[in-house]
Amino acid sequence: MTPAGSLLVADALHKSYGPTTALDGAEFSIHPGEVVAVMGPSGSGKSTLLHCLAGIVTPDSGSILYNGREMATMSDAERSQLRRSEFGFVFQFGQLVPELTCVENVALPLRLNGTSRKAAEKAALTWMERLEVDDLGKKRPGEVSGGQGQRVAVARALVTDPRVLFADEPTGALDSLNGERVMELLTDAARTTNAAVVLVTHEARVAAYSDREIVVRDGKSRDMERVV
Amino acid sequence: MSIGHTLLGLLESGPRHGYDLKRAFDEKFGHDRPLHYGQVYSTMSRLLKNGLVEVDGIEAGGGPERKRYAITDAGITDVERWLATPEAPEPYLQSTLYTKIVLALLTHRDAADILDTQRAEHLRMMRILTDRKRKGDLADQLICDHALFHLEADLRWLELTAARLDKLAEAVAK
Repeated sequence: MTPAGSLLVADALHKSYGPTTALDGAEFSIHPGEVVAVMGPSGSGKSTLLHCLAGIVTPDSGSILYNGREMATMSDAERSQLRRSEFGFVFQFGQLVPELTCVENVALPLRLNGTSRKAAEKAALTWMERLEVDDLGKKRPGEVSGGQGQRVAVARALVTDPRVLFADEPTGALDSLNGERVMELLTDAARTTNAAVVLVTHEARVAAYSDREIVVRDGKSRDMERVV
Repeated sequence: MSIGHTLLGLLESGPRHGYDLKRAFDEKFGHDRPLHYGQVYSTMSRLLKNGLVEVDGIEAGGGPERKRYAITDAGITDVERWLATPEAPEPYLQSTLYTKIVLALLTHRDAADILDTQRAEHLRMMRILTDRKRKGDLADQLICDHALFHLEADLRWLELTAARLDKLAEAVAK
């Protein structure tokens, strides 16, 4: 797929941490409703690419257009707002607030955006149902299994109806059965809501849930659809 | 797969006609490669000759498709022996891909490109299997998982080789 009509496009991204080059001219594009796997060996720069695309890390040079707007020209406040309302995040682990119940965790992004508790928890429960964890509402993250916790995290990432979901090794801490179920539910939910999913993974079985993959090696990216 | 042993095993639950055997085989094991009738009848003739099955009855009308086969005691022993014998693990030592990579390095072609193209092809197949798995029943899931794990192993080898290309290039140049 060409960048035309893309929701998020990055071009010629460079990023160094001291003497270490993390990104060296990486490119990326994704359309609404598309699931793109970002693959590559450890230390190849794939997580840095995700962090740049999500506006968490600012690249040294290069361009990132979200919905036609250059992210570098946005203020910090605008980028924060974007992350809260238009982007969703799922990481490998440690993302749920241990003091809150599962439903409060899922409702949290809506609460931070000013939604009332009742409305936020109602929306949270709808997403928890979709992720098959609605029976865990009153439990705290420490009381649920790894697979269940990750589904709660996916529900939380999707509760704001994000246009882009960033998932960094979302099944990395799960066994294969749980990992696959999380991927099924995550990709089904994203496709239903037409959200784009940027999926960083080093596991081929996880990448197989994507529509296409790009490979990052030594900070350079390669769109494999243009190879085959 | 040993078609003879599989058909014998299917007969253990009771006598069947040739066409019934083919249907049972295709349903359980032949999703992608259904048996030809010819294969069924030639296999049954061989099993009959070897005393592993016997003709249990012939329906009016004649023809091989009308025969009903039953497994013999010798047949049951044969199935038992087959099931109890472990399959020889594939040694995977004759890899075309390995040959391609070495040849590419010897002829100063882009070996990394060959690995990338192969990875994309493997992932394409893995997507097809993953999709079939999502839509299929437990039997589909198991057969697809078997293929997916093998493809995944290939991909891990591709990654490792990609990381070692420089060293391999030095080694083959000697």
